[in-house]
Amino acid sequence: MVNIDPQTTLGNAGQKVAFVRGEMIGASPPPASETGVMGWMRKNLFDGWFNTALTLFSLWILYLVVPGILNFNFFNAIWSGSDRLACSDVNQGGVLYEGWKGACWPYVGAYMKQFIYGRYPDELLWRPNLVFVMFLGGLIPLLIPSAPFKRENLIFMLGIFPIASFVLLTGGNLDFNGFLLPESIMAPSTAKFWIDFIILTALICAIIHFVVKGMDGNSRKPLLFTIIAMALLGLVILISSVDFGLEYVETPQWGGFLMTLVIAVTGIVSSLPLGVALALGRRSDMPIVKLMSVIFIEFWRGVPLITVLFMSSVLLPLFLPDGVNFDKLLRALIGVGLFSAAYMAEVVRGGLQAIPKGQYEGAMALGLGYWQMMQKIILPQALKIVIPGIVNTFIGLFKDTTLVSIIGLLDFLGMINLSHSDSSWATPVQAITSYIFCAFVFFVFCYSMARYSNYMERRLDTGHK
Amino acid sequence: MKTKIVSAAIGAAVLGMASTAASAATLDDVKAKGFVQCGVSQGLPGFSNPDAAGNWTGIDVDLCAGIAAAVFGDSTKVKFVPLSAKERFTALQSGEIDVLSRNTTWTMSRDTTLGLNFAGVNYYDGQGFMVRNDLGVKSALELSGASVCTNTGTTTELNVADYFRANKMEYEIVAFEKADEVVAAYDAGRCDVYTTDQSGLYAQRLKLTNPADHSVLPEVISKEPLGPVVRQGDDQWFNIVKWTHFAMVNAEELGVSKANAAEMMKSENPEVKRLMGVEGEFGAALGLGNDWAANIISQVGNYAEVFNANVGPDTALAIARGTNDLWSRGGLQYAPPIR
Amino acid sequence: MANNSATIADDKPKVALLNDPKVRGSIVQAVLLIFIIWLVWSMVGNAADNLAKAGIASGFDFLGRTAGFGVNFAPFMDYTETSTYGDVYWLGLQNTLLLAIIGVFFATILGFLVGVARLSTNWVIGKIAYWYVEILRNIPLLLQIFIWYKGVLATLPSRQAIDLGALGQLNSKGLFAPKPVFADGAMNIVWALVAAVVITFFINRWATKRQMATGERFPTFWTGFGLIVGLPLIAYFAMGQPISAEYPTAGNFGPRGGMQVIPEFIALLLALSTYTSAFIAEIVRAGILAVNKGQTEASYALGMRAGPTLRLVVIPQALRVIIPPLTSQFLNLTKNSSLAVAIAYPDLTAVFAGTALNQTGQAVEILLMTMLTYLALSLITSLFMNWYNSRMSLVER
Repeated sequence: MVNIDPQTTLGNAGQKVAFVRGEMIGASPPPASETGVMGWMRKNLFDGWFNTALTLFSLWILYLVVPGILNFNFFNAIWSGSDRLACSDVNQGGVLYEGWKGACWPYVGAYMKQFIYGRYPDELLWRPNLVFVMFLGGLIPLLIPSAPFKRENLIFMLGIFPIASFVLLTGGNLDFNGFLLPESIMAPSTAKFWIDFIILTALICAIIHFVVKGMDGNSRKPLLFTIIAMALLGLVILISSVDFGLEYVETPQWGGFLMTLVIAVTGIVSSLPLGVALALGRRSDMPIVKLMSVIFIEFWRGVPLITVLFMSSVLLPLFLPDGVNFDKLLRALIGVGLFSAAYMAEVVRGGLQAIPKGQYEGAMALGLGYWQMMQKIILPQALKIVIPGIVNTFIGLFKDTTLVSIIGLLDFLGMINLSHSDSSWATPVQAITSYIFCAFVFFVFCYSMARYSNYMERRLDTGHK
Repeated sequence: MKTKIVSAAIGAAVLGMASTAASAATLDDVKAKGFVQCGVSQGLPGFSNPDAAGNWTGIDVDLCAGIAAAVFGDSTKVKFVPLSAKERFTALQSGEIDVLSRNTTWTMSRDTTLGLNFAGVNYYDGQGFMVRNDLGVKSALELSGASVCTNTGTTTELNVADYFRANKMEYEIVAFEKADEVVAAYDAGRCDVYTTDQSGLYAQRLKLTNPADHSVLPEVISKEPLGPVVRQGDDQWFNIVKWTHFAMVNAEELGVSKANAAEMMKSENPEVKRLMGVEGEFGAALGLGNDWAANIISQVGNYAEVFNANVGPDTALAIARGTNDLWSRGGLQYAPPIR
Repeated sequence: MANNSATIADDKPKVALLNDPKVRGSIVQAVLLIFIIWLVWSMVGNAADNLAKAGIASGFDFLGRTAGFGVNFAPFMDYTETSTYGDVYWLGLQNTLLLAIIGVFFATILGFLVGVARLSTNWVIGKIAYWYVEILRNIPLLLQIFIWYKGVLATLPSRQAIDLGALGQLNSKGLFAPKPVFADGAMNIVWALVAAVVITFFINRWATKRQMATGERFPTFWTGFGLIVGLPLIAYFAMGQPISAEYPTAGNFGPRGGMQVIPEFIALLLALSTYTSAFIAEIVRAGILAVNKGQTEASYALGMRAGPTLRLVVIPQALRVIIPPLTSQFLNLTKNSSLAVAIAYPDLTAVFAGTALNQTGQAVEILLMTMLTYLALSLITSLFMNWYNSRMSLVER
């Protein structure tokens, strides 16, 4: 805009002209078509004929889809009732008008207990509940970056919580009766187990000592490490064999969301150490270690999970020595654990590769050994940047747990499918109602985890690059 | 659980830590464990079906209860492992279960190539067809062009192929892994015909939205002798399972029932005396107490009681005795004498 | 590690053997090797023992035996009850590949559309695409398959059918589409198509060369399009319309005849392609975002319009980012097609690792074959995609 000054333009006479403004007009607001709702819509929805057409087209799609979904789930849905007649139309013997279609929520309500706990005995439900509470209580502070006591929390989640929930869910009081000495020397008993255990520890220590001494090494450190490891293992076994007076609950009685969580959490927790080991192995200089890691990772990543589950449920019993039997759930857990370890290994490998070479070189220049370098320099950084990747793997695993329903375990989806065989709620809308509920639950969990993973990604992004 | 169960498992595999070290003698293992591990179906009313509280009922379940009664004198000392058709044989072969009582058809190839022994027939069955009444089909020979739902991995799948081929009829087979899925698919109209053992048809019909809309066609297209299965190579255990069933049939023939078992102990009939263990050492020959049969009958019942309580005319399944009646009444149930 | 202090000045540093990284490395490897050999050996030994004790037959002889069961979906082979277990394997593999290839096709198209829609300046489209992606990828695939199969397709009428006109008839037993019937001479149409493709290929090469040399452009796309559509059409009419359609007819139990596409296939195809498309959409979005905005601006500055900019500048660069993760999505779809077993679509897992396994009881051989087949499919796909990827990637300075 040209600045017009009446003083200078008409200045030779020095007089003021009445029809010329003396001051600037205030800027007028932008036209209505550029601001507010209208402007926003114009800019974002009706910007040109192509965009307008797209907008109208998508509004038409929404018009087709959304009212149907809302009607089915809310406006036409049935909210109370005690059996299938509540959700049947007149042709099916019910009271609703012909052609009625809607969700049958009282059926989901009636089965809610089974969907969450499976067939876990009613009077013992406090045990899974306590496990849920411990899980949330440990997990939530772990996920909040600013929450204190991260280290203690991690020890709780990876050390105390698994054992505590094992004892709570099964009842503990496992029976160990020895494995090493032949029965002719000592009859199987708990005492024999511990004697065997001590002999085994001593044997391992002796072998290590012998090997290390044979190569002029100092055997104190490895021995101490072995003894601590065996003592921890012994402690775990001891705790799970103590009789806490809890009633034994077999795993076929578990089910529903409880089982989904057990499989997903066990899978991810057991795959983490294995995955780190495999990732290190794949990047190792030792040809055999590298080859084995590559074969392991590529094999499990190349086959579908369902065939892995078939293998663990059908073949695993054949591969074990005569008389050794694993519980069906345990077999599935082994399959899921090995499978997700391969995926975890690739995630961790991505993290290892993202660490600049200078970090490795710096660590080596300081004279650190391989394990010291990994433990103190590389892994802390690598594991931090793969947190989003780990969460994503967990989301995948969490969704994939539904596959165990195919091998007959009654997880959340398995329980839902089982409930369809109950004729007291059998209606044409039964299946879709339960699937909508199941989808909603999975969506809430997975979407929030994905959002969390995004948030961590953004948070962690700032530190590197 | 979590890490522990897995590391313990790997530890167990590596160390060979066998909590239930099975030797050749199943009976010794069972006694050491304190219960019988019995493989059953994942839910088939009348044969083996869990209620909401997880209590199992059915003919197959009662046979296992009978074995427990014979071994321990306590019919509750049995644990049930639900198995799919696919898992059932490996579960038995690997020793996960001691006896498979899961409406399993006795066929020659199963008997000879799978390392298993069939210990008798506790239900004589035959494969049949169920259709919707509104199709107006009265005979299986009118089924050309129909879609047929069945269970995969069963003899029924092979029989139906044979039947349609022999009668030069076209059909579309839809085979599911689980019985529940077959029923659901049939109920939803994915197929026109549902085929399985006739007893199974009656049982599964109860799960349909409207059972009265469906009927079972008269044709029986196969022989399906269903019975308990044990591992090959353990004759003692084989005998125990076999004679548990025979004891129930003999009891019915001799008029011994759950109700009058106590009275019958005082019976003068030598056959009853031998059955109830008052006379002879028949239980000891099996490696059991001589009251083995008495325990079965007093705690589980004779064959007629088991049949009537689970699938008989007064139950929802409403199956007549028919071929499963005693031989003396024109049926096929026949037990060798105890002597 | 006290011996680390051995001075360099020493001629022969007295280093413990254990601290020599090479020796340590070989010890670790030897221990690992021994452990693995022992593990495999004991597993194989146990399996052999268990199988021998149970008297289970082993070996691959069963592949030549008659299977004896029927299968309801065998579009590419003449499968009957008298076929062998070897045929069952091929049938399963064909059905798996068919599902995977068609699934990949639709998933890629849908994924690209949704991925571009995610970036649209149009608010409604962007939001719809966002929720499409989030909803589909956060719900387990198996559940989605069940929703399509039991929640949607099973609610269709079972006796009557919905008439879709030229597409055929749809009911709960599947889609009964018109079946193409090939008369004599139909093969010439295929040859015409092949010829058109070959000619187009050479025209393309010639046009590129000419453009490089003279700068003159040739409408390759439209020429090729015309050839590929036109030549077979000409052949079709020249041969006297040798392809006709067989329409489904009404039978006792609903429509019969035509080309029946079973509902299991439809449900799997819908679930697999929509589920995978959500992941592909995210990959496409990330790929396009990875192209620097300056590239677009520079292209506009050179006077290129939006279309050529997208086609010649943005997409080639985005593809380099897109292809590697896209490969793994294709592989995932192929592996996920094994979920067919849940709804009885006769793919490799369902019909071979399921039915055939149940009937023969030879679990070791059958599961081994199945897993190795999937492994081979994975390796072949990744090899192909690696090759393609190396062609696409620019040589960096």
